[in-house]
Amino acid sequence: MNILYFLVGCSILMALIFLGAFFWAYKTGQNDDVHTPGIRMLFDDEVVAEKSEEDHFSS
Amino acid sequence: MEHQNKTAIKAVCYHCGEDLPKVKYQIADKDFCCAGCMAVFKILSENNLCNYYVYNNAPGQQFKNEHHLEYLDESKIIDQLLDYKHESSSIITFYIPAIHCSSCIWLLEHLYKINPAIFSSRIDFLKKQVTISFNHNEISLRQMVETLNQIGYEPLISLQDVVKEHSGSVDKTLVLKIAVAGFLMGNVMLFSFPEYFGLSGFEKQFQSLFGWLNLAFAIPAAFYCGSDYFTSAITSLKHRYINLDTPLALIIAVLFLRTAFEIIFSTGPGFADTLTGLVFLLLMGKWLKQRTYHHISFDRDYRSYFPIAVTTLQNGKEKPVSINEIKIGDRLWIRNGELVPADAILMKGEAWMDMSFVTGESEPVHKVLGEIIYAGGRQTTEAIELEVIKPVSQSYLTGLWNNDNYKNNTEKQNFNDTVAKYFSLGVFLIAFAATAYWLLQNDSHKAWSAFTAVIIVACPCVLALSTPFTLSAILSVFDKKGFYVKNTDAVEQLAKCDTLIFDKTGTLTSNENAEIGFSGVITDDEKIIMASLLRNSIHPLSRHILKALNVDRFYSLRDYKEVVGKGLTAIINNHSIYAGHLSMLPIAVKATSETGVHIVIDHVYKGCFDIKQQWRSGLVQLILKLSKFKLLVLSGDTDKDRLMLDTIFTKKTTIRFRQSPHQKLDAVLQLQKQGNKVMMLGDGLNDAGALKQSDFGIALTDNINNFTPGCDAILKGNALNFLPDFIQLSKDGLKIIKTSFAIAIAYNCIGIYFAVQGTLYPLVAAVLMPISTVTIISFTTLATRWFAHKNKLI
Repeated sequence: MNILYFLVGCSILMALIFLGAFFWAYKTGQNDDVHTPGIRMLFDDEVVAEKSEEDHFSS
Repeated sequence: MEHQNKTAIKAVCYHCGEDLPKVKYQIADKDFCCAGCMAVFKILSENNLCNYYVYNNAPGQQFKNEHHLEYLDESKIIDQLLDYKHESSSIITFYIPAIHCSSCIWLLEHLYKINPAIFSSRIDFLKKQVTISFNHNEISLRQMVETLNQIGYEPLISLQDVVKEHSGSVDKTLVLKIAVAGFLMGNVMLFSFPEYFGLSGFEKQFQSLFGWLNLAFAIPAAFYCGSDYFTSAITSLKHRYINLDTPLALIIAVLFLRTAFEIIFSTGPGFADTLTGLVFLLLMGKWLKQRTYHHISFDRDYRSYFPIAVTTLQNGKEKPVSINEIKIGDRLWIRNGELVPADAILMKGEAWMDMSFVTGESEPVHKVLGEIIYAGGRQTTEAIELEVIKPVSQSYLTGLWNNDNYKNNTEKQNFNDTVAKYFSLGVFLIAFAATAYWLLQNDSHKAWSAFTAVIIVACPCVLALSTPFTLSAILSVFDKKGFYVKNTDAVEQLAKCDTLIFDKTGTLTSNENAEIGFSGVITDDEKIIMASLLRNSIHPLSRHILKALNVDRFYSLRDYKEVVGKGLTAIINNHSIYAGHLSMLPIAVKATSETGVHIVIDHVYKGCFDIKQQWRSGLVQLILKLSKFKLLVLSGDTDKDRLMLDTIFTKKTTIRFRQSPHQKLDAVLQLQKQGNKVMMLGDGLNDAGALKQSDFGIALTDNINNFTPGCDAILKGNALNFLPDFIQLSKDGLKIIKTSFAIAIAYNCIGIYFAVQGTLYPLVAAVLMPISTVTIISFTTLATRWFAHKNKLI
């Protein structure tokens, strides 16, 4: 059962990593605007503009 | 007829969705209502940005007048506005009120296609802000704002920087503390489970490990997450009064000390689970309390209405100057549509001031040379020259905000703090009584454990939670109906109001639906004659009437003459025509009203165009429902609507006209001195002082994006009829809080029964606290919904 000492340490370490990840995400402003990205991802890429570039590469 | 049917199918502007006038603009088989909309479409199509029209129908805004942006070339003002500046790149954030749909996001994030000097742009949709990074060597700030104006997204650059005001409104450390507290609670629960289920002899070796781990987690819970409670408790004790944080801090301290003792001396498992759970829940409650609408600002003052710069004349040359730098004696050059930022004397030109900001009266006021023009007036005709007599911050209108007698916040004690006092007293009495009893029995161990247990179990945690949970549930009911209250504390103030003051213009009437009405009879031909005359004038009233006339052709005219601000005259098809103020007309006319645009054709009085104010619907029922409140109407306008108001309100209502902003403020003060709790409903800057002074100030608006003066709540015009229900629900909310308090006491009694005997096992405390919390939270949520349903708000 001594393995428990190791497992407890692992679980705390994991939890600390997640806590750190949250701190990082929050401090870099990833939670500041939670509305706009949802709309932004629905925009289509403009196919027309890129076609001319493709031609340019193939020639 | 056939032609009309055709236009009915697509009778709106492709760009902005406005109804098309009979003379419309066309390009590439698309119809536009005005040259402005067409110009925007041209720019977008030239830059391959027509996807703008794909995501929404007619997403554009109608084009507004030209603006003078010279001030954006002043380096001092630029530095004030920029967020960041480096060698070749700058970052700036603008507030753009026109942002309203996904097309706006799409277009504004593709600005780089219009001008390659713009690197990128990012939108925050709810805040209506766009952050643009650009190369300031290739595009000046002024050019960029001009670009934005050209595509119909005019940034609002005002004296009070809306962008900077918003940032930092949310307490960032609180969220981090909640995250830490959640982490600690989860881990402590995990390590406490073995203790709950009982440990076999073999597992005993882990007991001290888990104990020490729990203690380690309890330290940040008490001293990092709970630090606010200690500081708050200490400051309140210094001021010799007890707020809710005092018993909470005591409980956190006692829980921590007892846990530390039990673990260090291996006498028991401690209360780390209760401690971390408590701190987590308390912080959650605090967060709910702080949460507010981050896209609505409640703290606006005159600075949001004032521009950041104004044109001054220095040695006959125009020079833009930041408003804060205006001194007494400066010469200002105010153009049509610009705002006078400081009290000043008219030196040159003819002033027709729209004083609606200051007085609430919509009719322009004529000022002659040498007269004082108060700050906040908007010039409606030609450019004028003024000499400043008072700096901006001490002018007549702005002085409203420097008034010292605004509500003293110390008196705003809420239910929680009042109860906390008695609650703490009761808990201490029981705790000391139990200790004394066990000491008399010569059982010092039990005395200590009884003392700490009573304090732990009698936690006013529920008090700290039920209030924010109930009130924030009420807030969300309100905001679905278009009533945005600043924060949860304001809801308690709302419940206490017993006196209501209404402003008239914009509050009881609606500005949005103001219609041009014509009293008199005219033929279609005369309509065309009038339109031909009016289309030569840029006066806003002429524009309005022209739009209302909506004719499809015009006659040519001769001998056109315009007396600025007074009226027009010309000869059209051999008819002489006059339009304008009564004094302008060639014949003496007995008109019913002095205001409005009067029309005379060939020396025959034809009638008068007038802006008719629309009363909000359902006013009579609203006033009837509010009959148990003391009602007042304070109008800045003339008493022309007295008859109408008398039919709406009862005889007990005080109705006053021609009230200045300061008189409105004084009226509120007077009522408060008589012990009334005053609610003020207003809409403009002229109500701002009264709104701020009142116990609960509501700013009414037809469009939530419009600027509203500082207030406790913003109410949409069409939700005014729900006002009695809103007040009732807030009162019910206080009832819910009191009931949940009673439930909490019942739980506490169970806990105290064990505690005084000194036999409170940590498991009981750990189970009792979440159960009582869950009960309270579900009770408040359900009860709020039930009451909201009863008041027909959901």
